[in-house]
Amino acid sequence: MNAQFWIIQAFNGISYGALLFLVGSGLSLIFGVMRIVNLAHGAYFLWGGYIALSVIWMTGSWALSLPAAALAVAIIGLAMERLFLRSEGFEYLRHGTIALGVAVLITLAIGEWSPSILSGWAPFVAVTAVATIALYFLLTRIPIVPIEADVLRQVLLTVGFAFLFQQAALDIWGGDNMDITPADIFNTSVVIGGLYFPLYRVFMIATALAIGLVIWLVMEKTRMGAAVRATVDDAQMARGVGIDTNRVSMFIFALGAFLAALGGVIGGAFLGVYPGLDFEMLPLAFAVVIIGGMGSLGGAAIGALAVGLADNFGKALFPEISYFTLYAPMVLILAVKPTGLFGRE
Amino acid sequence: MTRTSRKRLVPILLGGLVLGLSMNAPAKAEELRIGFIAPLTGIFAQIGKDMTNGFQMYLDEHGNKLGGATVKFVVEDDAGKADAAVTKAKKLVLSDKAQMFIGGLLASTGYALAPVSNSEKTLYIASIPAADDLTQRQASKYPYFFRTTWTSSQPHHPLGKWACEQGHKKVVTIAADYAFGYEVVGGFQKAFEDCGGKVIQKLWPRLGEKDFGPFIPQIKGDADAVFSLMVGPMALQFPKQLRQSGYKKPIIGGGTSYDEFILPNMGDFAIGDVSALQYSAAIETPKNEAFVKAYRKKYGKVPSYYSEANYTTAQVIDEAMKKAGGKYPGPEKFVAIMGGLKIDAVRGPVHFEDRNPVQNIYIKKVEKKKMFGYPKAELWNVIIKTYPNVSQYWTYGKDKFLKQPVYSRTYPPCKNCE
Amino acid sequence: MTSQKIKILMVAVVLAALAYIVPNSSSFVVLLATRALVFAILAMSLDILLGFTGLPSLGQAAYFGVGAYLTAILATKFHIGLGWDFWLVVIYGMLIGAALAALFGLFAIRASGVYFLMITLALGQCVWGLAYRWNSLTGGDNGISVTARPAFGLDLTNERTFFFLVFAFFIFTLISLYVLVQSPFGRSLAGIRERELRMQILGYNTWLHKYIAFIIAGAFGGLSGVLWAHTNGLVSPETVVLTTSVDALLMVVLGGAGTLVGGAIGSAIVFGLREYLSTLVPWWQYVLGGVYVLTILYLPTGLMGIPARIRQARGASDKTAKPAAPEKLAPTPS
Repeated sequence: MNAQFWIIQAFNGISYGALLFLVGSGLSLIFGVMRIVNLAHGAYFLWGGYIALSVIWMTGSWALSLPAAALAVAIIGLAMERLFLRSEGFEYLRHGTIALGVAVLITLAIGEWSPSILSGWAPFVAVTAVATIALYFLLTRIPIVPIEADVLRQVLLTVGFAFLFQQAALDIWGGDNMDITPADIFNTSVVIGGLYFPLYRVFMIATALAIGLVIWLVMEKTRMGAAVRATVDDAQMARGVGIDTNRVSMFIFALGAFLAALGGVIGGAFLGVYPGLDFEMLPLAFAVVIIGGMGSLGGAAIGALAVGLADNFGKALFPEISYFTLYAPMVLILAVKPTGLFGRE
Repeated sequence: MTRTSRKRLVPILLGGLVLGLSMNAPAKAEELRIGFIAPLTGIFAQIGKDMTNGFQMYLDEHGNKLGGATVKFVVEDDAGKADAAVTKAKKLVLSDKAQMFIGGLLASTGYALAPVSNSEKTLYIASIPAADDLTQRQASKYPYFFRTTWTSSQPHHPLGKWACEQGHKKVVTIAADYAFGYEVVGGFQKAFEDCGGKVIQKLWPRLGEKDFGPFIPQIKGDADAVFSLMVGPMALQFPKQLRQSGYKKPIIGGGTSYDEFILPNMGDFAIGDVSALQYSAAIETPKNEAFVKAYRKKYGKVPSYYSEANYTTAQVIDEAMKKAGGKYPGPEKFVAIMGGLKIDAVRGPVHFEDRNPVQNIYIKKVEKKKMFGYPKAELWNVIIKTYPNVSQYWTYGKDKFLKQPVYSRTYPPCKNCE
Repeated sequence: MTSQKIKILMVAVVLAALAYIVPNSSSFVVLLATRALVFAILAMSLDILLGFTGLPSLGQAAYFGVGAYLTAILATKFHIGLGWDFWLVVIYGMLIGAALAALFGLFAIRASGVYFLMITLALGQCVWGLAYRWNSLTGGDNGISVTARPAFGLDLTNERTFFFLVFAFFIFTLISLYVLVQSPFGRSLAGIRERELRMQILGYNTWLHKYIAFIIAGAFGGLSGVLWAHTNGLVSPETVVLTTSVDALLMVVLGGAGTLVGGAIGSAIVFGLREYLSTLVPWWQYVLGGVYVLTILYLPTGLMGIPARIRQARGASDKTAKPAAPEKLAPTPS
């Protein structure tokens, strides 16, 4: 295998790593700040791709879909965090959302087993409304068990949401495999020394670098960034010196979702957007976080690079054990340093 | 006769006539319970929809009756996973009392469902799973199994010969790393090398791979062409990424690589690529034109081979039920009846040998043109050559063919791989 | 102690009812019940880790998988396990589960809490990766079909007879694990779950305790895998996918961690949803997700914990409205 092979493979690995950086850095920050293992992260990635598709269909602009999808998912992620991953605050909204959700399911169930009661829209809405109100009052009487410090419950909660998001995506966008077509200029390749480098992959690397830089600047140079770093290092101390860790959590969670969705839009052009992508991306995102270190941005970059290259070269050189070459190092790193290579405890 | 006895005769005759007529009057219609398994979620969801729509369209065109029996059609989702398919098949037979179950998508699903046909003693019609051995070396294991569409290697034998006749001498193959991929490449390689060609490299990305970055740079530079077998989302990504990397040589595709389920989503990068299959939406016969027009009107897209395969399966069942007098005679007899049919299907003439179709194989090329009176120029798989009466054994003869092992990752061996 | 005896009695009654009702239902129900029971064994093995030792594992499917693959490979490539040697394969399955756990435990036991989650996830994914890509051994994506049921004097192709076999294994597991948690070893595990530091001060080798618990969980995970190979008739990478481990975790939490039978209850519910409701309505996955979310939010101690919660709620309403102390499912590193 000549130099050409190595160069192209390295380039591909780096571009894949760029995508993984977007997905993994968000997960890493969320873990670092809030100690939450967000298993719905793959769903954020997927929804990013789907919402981008909708934006493209409606406006025809790929460039617009990037920020639009990322912001939309950031809001969704924020809602999930505020309403469900915290027990206090926004109780009305939480009770209302749960009540509505369960009421709809109950109405659907009634419709399934005694269809005569529900013929048409009006009875459906009426039954749902009644059920919602009844459930709302029921919920206000049942105390929620505080979830803040319980890691396992938070993990399982995010899984539950991952399933809900997955099904909702299927119902909204259908099951077809879709492809995001980026702006036409990306159809070409940059030719250097007889080697073809697809421009889109160059774009991926550039974007990841740009975003990484921006986040790093924010973390190092702004007050909010300092607050974040303090919270990652020691949340209790941070609270002690007056940092509003609640606000920090909110910001970080939204940022994490934003990055994941952005990854989904960008990845959508060469991975496609389809049901099942969420749970395919998730273990890779975890690989990035684990190798790079939980809570460390620089670590996420290195982890993403490592996973991207390992995945690429693994598939090219050792296809039979390509996944093993990815996860085995993960295990070794975790065994030696449970917080990951650059993780902070 | 006396007058009195004649008087008595009339009522008796009349009575007999009435009785006779009432016995010939149609009894309550027979019911035929059919279970259908397809991926409705997951990465193959789109294909599953094509499969279901194809079958459903035939039912709709025939008043939901096959051979006179009213059909109870139950569709279950296997999400493209063999595990789920087995569970759903059992549910269909045990809970819905299906008399036959049809479908499954992947070769692995086919291999997993065939044993279920044995354990439940129920007919399984594989309308898509093309795993060679189910009607070849393992055929005797599964007496309740029937196939209405193809074996993996069936279209690729003639394609291998065709490729060699085009003057290609060295070919690199890249195919999905599972049974279907092995058998497609195997069929191509055998015919290609028997004609004098050489396969110099075999690459195996995993099924469902979308990032071909690791594979494209490995493609040997001295190849004359690339033979690719892609399934599902892979089919869209591979030619796109290969062309983007600057590769200019011809791409020859296996049957599913350019099928209509994905062709409309491809861009102009696919123009000129050749593949082989028993169906193309561009077959210029009145029957196919009518089928394409009706399907497109109903479902908004051009039918893929997945749609046609299941449409024709419904047709096969219809004709077999007619021969069985409108009443399902049980799996063994039904298999025998189906085996003896000769059908004028949308894809062309079809008859059966050893429970697998013998049919036309079309070598098709992606072109951008207007067809069937549609206003816009679109991508179509235009037929450039037809091989008639191709069976699963190609020109090798059944006994000789069955003596060689089933095509696998290592058979035929890659003698010319460096 | 009487409440304990009452619980045992209730469990026995339920089991007897099950043994009567299921075989007399439709074949499909028998099939579902058998599958749910196999997973119940897996869930109970996980409960030893989660509920009794406080170790949340996201990789229990690994042991399930090796047990299943071992059975499948022995049956198809070596024709072992289809006669009386089935019982040998059962032992092998448990041994390989234990062996794998012994290996993985060396890496995992040092961690706790969320780090334990991550490392068990990674370990589980290693097994999945091998199952998926090691084509020559595992058949890769195709998996391995196990078409023959073992024949040792029982006609196991009869689904009802097979159900009773699996049921017997379920009861065996239940009793074994119950004896385990009631033993001094089991009690020390509970102590570790509550306050590991205190146990260490008291002189317990907590690492060793956790390690042994991990191995035992692996052994029973392997057992469930052996049964699964014959129940499902097919072993594929799907058997070891991440969702399987997640589902197992949910089953334990849903039923009630630390109650053993909770895992069985959880298994029945999750299976009922996944395999029964899914055939009735298209929106079943919302119910599954909803069950996850609502259980975690309102019923963290699971269904078995409902009586305690009601008592707690009644007690709390007498005092001022202060929320109950946070109920943790896994200990924070102390």
